[in-house]
Amino acid sequence: MTGTQRKIREITEQFRLIWKEPLLFISILAIFYFLLTFVAFPIFQVFKTSLYINNKLDISNYLAIFSKRYYFQPFLNSMILGVCTATIGTIVGFIFAYALTRTTLPFKNFFRMTATFPIISPPFVVALAAILLFGRSGSLTPYLTKIIGRYSIYGLGGLIIVETIAYAPTAFLVLYGILQAIDPALEEASMDLGASDIKVFSTITLPLATPGIASAWLLVFIQSIADFGNPMVISGDFRVLSVQAFLQITGMYDLSRGSTLAILLLLPTLTAFFVQKYWVSKRSYVTVTGKPTGAMIKKIEWYIKVPVYTCCVVFTGIIFLFYGMIVYGSLQTLWGVDSTLTLKNYVEMFQVGKDYLIDSLTLSTVATPVTGILGMFLAFLIIRKKFMGRGLMEFISMLTFAVPGTVVGIGYILAFNQKSVLFPFILTGTAWIIITLLIFRNMPVGIRSGIASLQQIDPSIEEASTDLGADSNITFRRVTLPMIAPAFFSGLAYSFVKAMTAISAVIFVVSGKWNLITVAILGFVDNFKYAQAAAMSLTLIFIVLIALGIIQLIVNRIGKGARTIEIVG
Amino acid sequence: MKEDYLVLENLTKVFGSGKNTVTAVDNVNLRVRKGELVTLLGPSGCGKTTTLRMIAGFEFPTSGKIFIEDKEISTVPPSQRPTTMVFQNYALFPHMTVFENIAYGLRIRREAEKNIREKTEKIINLVGLKGLSERSPAHLSGGQQQRVSLARSLIMEPKVLLLDEPLSNLDAKLRVSTRLEIRKLQQRVGITSVYVTHDQEEAMTLSDRVVIMNTGKIQQIGTPQEIYAHPVNYFVADFIGKANFLEGRVVGMISKNKVEVDVKNKKYEVFTLKDSFSEGEKIFLLIRPESIELENKKPNALTGIVRQLIYLGSRMIYEIEVDKDHLTVEITNPQEHKTFSPGEEVSINFKKKSLHIIPYEEI
Repeated sequence: MTGTQRKIREITEQFRLIWKEPLLFISILAIFYFLLTFVAFPIFQVFKTSLYINNKLDISNYLAIFSKRYYFQPFLNSMILGVCTATIGTIVGFIFAYALTRTTLPFKNFFRMTATFPIISPPFVVALAAILLFGRSGSLTPYLTKIIGRYSIYGLGGLIIVETIAYAPTAFLVLYGILQAIDPALEEASMDLGASDIKVFSTITLPLATPGIASAWLLVFIQSIADFGNPMVISGDFRVLSVQAFLQITGMYDLSRGSTLAILLLLPTLTAFFVQKYWVSKRSYVTVTGKPTGAMIKKIEWYIKVPVYTCCVVFTGIIFLFYGMIVYGSLQTLWGVDSTLTLKNYVEMFQVGKDYLIDSLTLSTVATPVTGILGMFLAFLIIRKKFMGRGLMEFISMLTFAVPGTVVGIGYILAFNQKSVLFPFILTGTAWIIITLLIFRNMPVGIRSGIASLQQIDPSIEEASTDLGADSNITFRRVTLPMIAPAFFSGLAYSFVKAMTAISAVIFVVSGKWNLITVAILGFVDNFKYAQAAAMSLTLIFIVLIALGIIQLIVNRIGKGARTIEIVG
Repeated sequence: MKEDYLVLENLTKVFGSGKNTVTAVDNVNLRVRKGELVTLLGPSGCGKTTTLRMIAGFEFPTSGKIFIEDKEISTVPPSQRPTTMVFQNYALFPHMTVFENIAYGLRIRREAEKNIREKTEKIINLVGLKGLSERSPAHLSGGQQQRVSLARSLIMEPKVLLLDEPLSNLDAKLRVSTRLEIRKLQQRVGITSVYVTHDQEEAMTLSDRVVIMNTGKIQQIGTPQEIYAHPVNYFVADFIGKANFLEGRVVGMISKNKVEVDVKNKKYEVFTLKDSFSEGEKIFLLIRPESIELENKKPNALTGIVRQLIYLGSRMIYEIEVDKDHLTVEITNPQEHKTFSPGEEVSINFKKKSLHIIPYEEI
């Protein structure tokens, strides 16, 4: 049999199998339609718009990339910011991961929780805290000015600090997983053969962690250049792509130029993502199975201990300082003028922000379960089923990991403000556009946790179910789902957090009727109402924590010792 | 031959604290001679691996001492101990080639590059990995990975080589051939070795002496023959090979190491390692399945009823009911013997030299 014949037979065989399970077949078709409409189509619209000027096909936008300052300056700036943040963030993340997996650092749980806290808070809260601390009338500004002279927190320096705090936790989580997965026997073997602590680290630990370090770097790089909230608040004259694209579209109504900037933003993130996905991860020596190997912890020499511990304490201190500042700031009567402590901001926040809060809660609550179920089902199809187009399905759903929110947001307004063949309804201005955006933007979280937990379940368990007469859908419902329930709920928790704290994409699709609290907070910051913004941010963080707590309770009840899976990116 | 090359003295390891303490290794004493291969054998959780890891230095003893050549090394870090270990999963460095893996220790020791090259090539040939030195470990078969791991340890010329179930990841056939190779290599190099395994056949074929462990304690130390023929207690007898136990009583000592016992109203003279048994003491008579002969029913002999027989070609296995006890009987070369059928009454003959008694234990 030739290769082609075999291929054809394989395909017909797959088709026959699917045909026998019509429900599965319909589900696959439906999912493809959704992915096409809500993931691929909007991105395509952005690309198409960037190629049209005044409704005529015109590639001059792209010809101008290298000649026009309003294109290459933000591109360059975004790259510089991304590289700096990724580098510093990865170093900090590595030191933290090393301290938590390889040393006898006390209060490990405390350090781990603090280090991951920025992940669950709205991204721009760090920038807000930076302004409260180091801005024009910041609490620490007078002292700092005495030491280093006049400075401005607005710009590249401030952005790097803020984004490092916001995204070093991502690097930490990746590297924590990697360092935990390195077989301690390797380090023992090295030591056994006479290597000192430093030699063990430089010849074994570090080289084995290198692909992980590269992954962490690329992920932080993607997050940094895709970040919208922080630069919106603190970038000053330092122009970055995400903010410029937003300003072109909402301020200048120049869809074409805005789309071009969005594409410029998309290219490096996609490149970084594919390098990470298909090159770096293939070079990995360790597989993160989610099963910690009980990394070896031994006595560490003081010259390693002192700098590592110092770094951990300092970074943790900075996180406390920043979030503490949000608490302090939210209690001030009028920021920078009257620092009498008061609760009036909270009262005002509830009067002004009540509707935003209710909208955010309503839309997130509707979107979250759909996100979770869809994500899990997709993971199930990708990992366990064979069908034509499975590779494509995986590719599109992966794609959503890497696409910056700004691009998605622009894509949604372009795709759904008119009827199209794919989708004969107008969504703009409705709650549905926000809900669908939240669903498809956060779906990767569900897919990831689904894939991670499915890979840990022996397929023979499911095979046994089908062997006993259950079809794919029943097997999924009765066998797979109960086993992945803990992962499902932790996926839900993270989708909810991401829905509540989203800003970069949703800011394009909010309307007078349906608005979100994050957008409102940004509005307060814009109007220099820092105290109110702080109060609102804190309320938001509080709600998110309560939601996480509730879901954790559910997971504890149903998951008998099953591990929740941390989600990154 | 020096008697006390590696010495474990009252070695104890306790894990956990408060209520959840587990004594993994409980007061272990062991003296290993130079050039000897000693196996630590026992079921999982018996403390054999923990003992090995204490010798390697990956765990420090809670109490007790470890000596190599009279030098105490109990608290010396693993990197400075004259021991190297072959790990269960080989622990090959995945980012290095076969050559680099094997040369790793010498490079750490900063030997001259010329020396390293020579030694490494020599050992690569010794373990039969010629031509594979530039491969990455991921591109080797399980057996080859195992050799790299062995070579990496041997090249350091350790005073004591430690092997932690090195064959457990190989398939059955490869396991048999590799263990012979390991034994040959060990004897050729003359290296003192401590070998951990839960496979009794492996322990029997490889070792000069076997240490049987259970629940952290040493049960018995002896050559494979001693362990099989003269187990000291029920655990050892049951763990090594198949055994039939019949309850009986001591009639009296006949001489040193010889005792008369009464089992099922028949009297037997039995060799014993323990030199004093008191009259009337309860004991177990231990009979290995291959030490029993079956004959047509005779008067005055111990008799039983055939309950089951299994033909295995080279052997025939009978299940015989005697009173309320069941005996397993193994007849080798069954073509030369009469075959009994289920339900038939037979008389049972014990081969005298193979009988053995151990203290009675509630089971």
